[in-house]
Order: sequence, then C-alpha cells, then structure tokens
Amino acid sequence: MTNVLINAPKTARPGEIVEIKALILHPMETGFRPGTNGRIIPRNIIERFTATWKGAEIFRMEMSPAIAANPFVSFFAVATESGTIGLRWTGDQGFLVEEQVAIAVG
Amino acid sequence: MPSPPDRRAFLAGAALLTMLPLSAARATPDAMAAAIKEVVGEGTIREGKVKLDLPPLVENGNVVPLTVSVESPMTPADHVKAIHVFNEKNPQPHVFSARLGPRNGKAVIATRIKLADSQKIVAIAETSSGAFWSASADVIVTLAACIEDVT
Repeated sequence: MTNVLINAPKTARPGEIVEIKALILHPMETGFRPGTNGRIIPRNIIERFTATWKGAEIFRMEMSPAIAANPFVSFFAVATESGTIGLRWTGDQGFLVEEQVAIAVG
Repeated sequence: MPSPPDRRAFLAGAALLTMLPLSAARATPDAMAAAIKEVVGEGTIREGKVKLDLPPLVENGNVVPLTVSVESPMTPADHVKAIHVFNEKNPQPHVFSARLGPRNGKAVIATRIKLADSQKIVAIAETSSGAFWSASADVIVTLAACIEDVT
C-alpha cells in the first residue's frame, strides 16, 4: 500500500490554469547519514517525478537527496481537454508508483 | 615524559582527522558553481525574472518550503524550459531540475527541501530561447538536516 495524496480540481474551464499538488510517503534517505550501527544507511530516494495529461507529458522533475522526506510537488497545467492526469514516481530500489486522477474540462 | 610539542602535534592531528570526513561530505560554493556550469555550459546567467521564495530563518532544515516562480508568458514561442535549484553546503550541490513547457501555463513550482546548514540557494531558469535567468536567497538554518545520527 502506497500512500499518495493528490490535490487537483475535478473540473476546469477550457484554457484555465490549474494547480496540481502531489505528496507521496517516502523516506528520501540521503545515503549520507550513519545509522545506529555507525554504518552509512544506503541511499533510497525518489529520483524522478513525471506528470502526464491524457498520456502526454506535461511536467517532470529530477530529484536529488536534498528533497525533503515525503516529497511534495506543486505545479500548474493548462486545462486543455477532459481526461486523466497521470502521476508517476520512480526511484532507488525499484521504487515505482503510478496514480491517476480524472479531470473534466468544459 | 611526552614533550609539549608532541602532544600539540598529536592534538592538531586528531583535530584534523575529525574534521576531514566532515569537509569531505560537504558541497562547497565551488562545487555549486561546477554543478551550475554543467547545466548552463557556456551560456551566461543573468539575474532577474526568477523569484525564489524561502523562509529567511528556518527552524528545521529537514523540511524547508521553497517556491520558484519565473516571469514568462509560457507560450510555445516563449516559455521556460527548465528550472534548476542548487545549494552551497549540502553534501551534493544539486537539489532538483524540473522540465516545463507551454502546457504548464505558469512557470511556478513548489516543493520542500532539506538544508544541512545556513547557506545560499540558487534557482536558475532556462527559457526556450536558450537564455538563463537566476535568483538566489540566503537562508539561516537553526536545526540542520542530514548530520544527526538516526536514533
């Protein structure tokens, strides 16, 4: 079970600029911190976040360990047509989460 | 009986040893400049058009809200292609790179970052015409991220 919070409007007027906010639970372990045994905890971060609107990529972000735990990203998009907004997070240790929200434009 | 110079040398050496790993695990303004150069190449960076919003005084370096907004019409002919953010003193100078386009309507992004120390943050925007605009902000961090042990 992955925990994702997505905040996007369900409806929009054509051409309206809408804000899309996404938060995902993830430790974003930097790979620079020693653990209780004194050894460095291996890096485990989300490296990439991509957003699509009806299948076409509209936004992408490459992350470094300097992104805080439970990465939060907010960006804007022009509401062109009804469809789904797809969000995808990929990262270390084969991390992959995909979520979709529907938006009606008109 | 150890003579004072020996003891002094030992202490200096010990002090140096404890400092070495720390300095090795920190990016520097030079490292940030190198990371910026990798993105910008031979292009020139001008100040302006970019607004970087960060709290000037941060109590918890583990979660620092950051907003970058760039003045741009965001049309197919004239838009912001990418926004990059760098820092001076975290272990790595790179924070994130975002790719945008006319589909975004507004070149505004927000996220939360970690800061290991009080330092300067730089945001650079790359436009569709190949120009680079930047803004920077100085942040004071009272509780640093990354360096405490996990307990």
